[in-house]
Amino acid sequence: MTNPENVLILASVLFAIGGLGVMLRRNALVAFMCVELMLNSANLAFVTASAMHGGLDGQVASFFVMVVAAAEVVVGLAIIMTIYRTRRTTSVDDANLLKL
Amino acid sequence: MTLVPMVTGASAAFWICGTLMVLGALGLVFFRKAVYSALSMAFVMLNLAVLYATMDAPFLVFVQIIVYTGAIMMLFLFVLMLVGVDTPDSVVETLRGQRPAAIIAAVAMGALLIFGIGGSVRGVGSIGLTQANTADGGNVEGIANLLFGRYVFIFELTSALLITAALGAMVLAHRTRIGAKLGQRAHASERMRAYATTGAHPGTLPSSGVYAGDNSIAAPALLPDGSVSEASISQTLTLRGATLDPEDLRKVTADRFAAIEATQEVDE
Repeated sequence: MTNPENVLILASVLFAIGGLGVMLRRNALVAFMCVELMLNSANLAFVTASAMHGGLDGQVASFFVMVVAAAEVVVGLAIIMTIYRTRRTTSVDDANLLKL
Repeated sequence: MTLVPMVTGASAAFWICGTLMVLGALGLVFFRKAVYSALSMAFVMLNLAVLYATMDAPFLVFVQIIVYTGAIMMLFLFVLMLVGVDTPDSVVETLRGQRPAAIIAAVAMGALLIFGIGGSVRGVGSIGLTQANTADGGNVEGIANLLFGRYVFIFELTSALLITAALGAMVLAHRTRIGAKLGQRAHASERMRAYATTGAHPGTLPSSGVYAGDNSIAAPALLPDGSVSEASISQTLTLRGATLDPEDLRKVTADRFAAIEATQEVDE
């Protein structure tokens, strides 16, 4: 069994990298994938916690995160497609209709 | 006797997969092309599945591979193909100093997670899942017991969530037609009307050019007088500027003819 602290550190690093991507990338699809990375690292932390506490509840929580991520991806990609259809861009900088 | 003390298969897998995952995640953030980013992400997810396998979570291994890598990432790739893969991210900073600030914020967030939250679980140790996995006869049985027992209401709610998401995607993807859809007959009569009024050719468009060294669809066909036939290349390629120059293509043919004639003169 791996030392759970190391796995939690890995999950934190992945979460931080995902957050960095959300802040850096302009392409809405890539930013969205970085959100997925953050969700994945949270899953990793859940599974590690499940092993630390000796119960399967963490794995069930991780499973629910995957279900929510699937629903989120479907709606999010549909929104990106709709924006692309009307504005011909996926850059988050160009969706600025609400700007004064 | 062990040559490498204190290293089990699981921790070896952790160090290998962990390194690869961090590299893949950095690739996701720093590749300019979105497709490379998507492939890095799929790579990270597959490595995560390997980590789950070492942590006694066989059910999640397969859900991770089938749902995440198989379904979600492929959905991303489909949308990438739809919205055009050849538009690299702009490198112009719209907010001044946003990039260094983002890097500092990410490092700070990582440090906060590692030292703040990590400090509270330090030395807790791991009970392991051997007992939990055997209590109900296996990992899948144990998860099913929790899913349809303690968490059954949340499970019902996720089904409502999935239905709502499917409906939302259908509503967002729906597009009301502005005019009536043109049928084959309408297209044909439109072409004949164009022929009658402007003299535009009603038949099929000319195919792309075939040269000695190239027959790609980007190669324009030549008219009898040697000029380029604009109708022989797809308009999309013309707009992207991806068409080939007929002079370069003709040069290949001319060079080969010249080479053949040179050898013939040598033979004579």
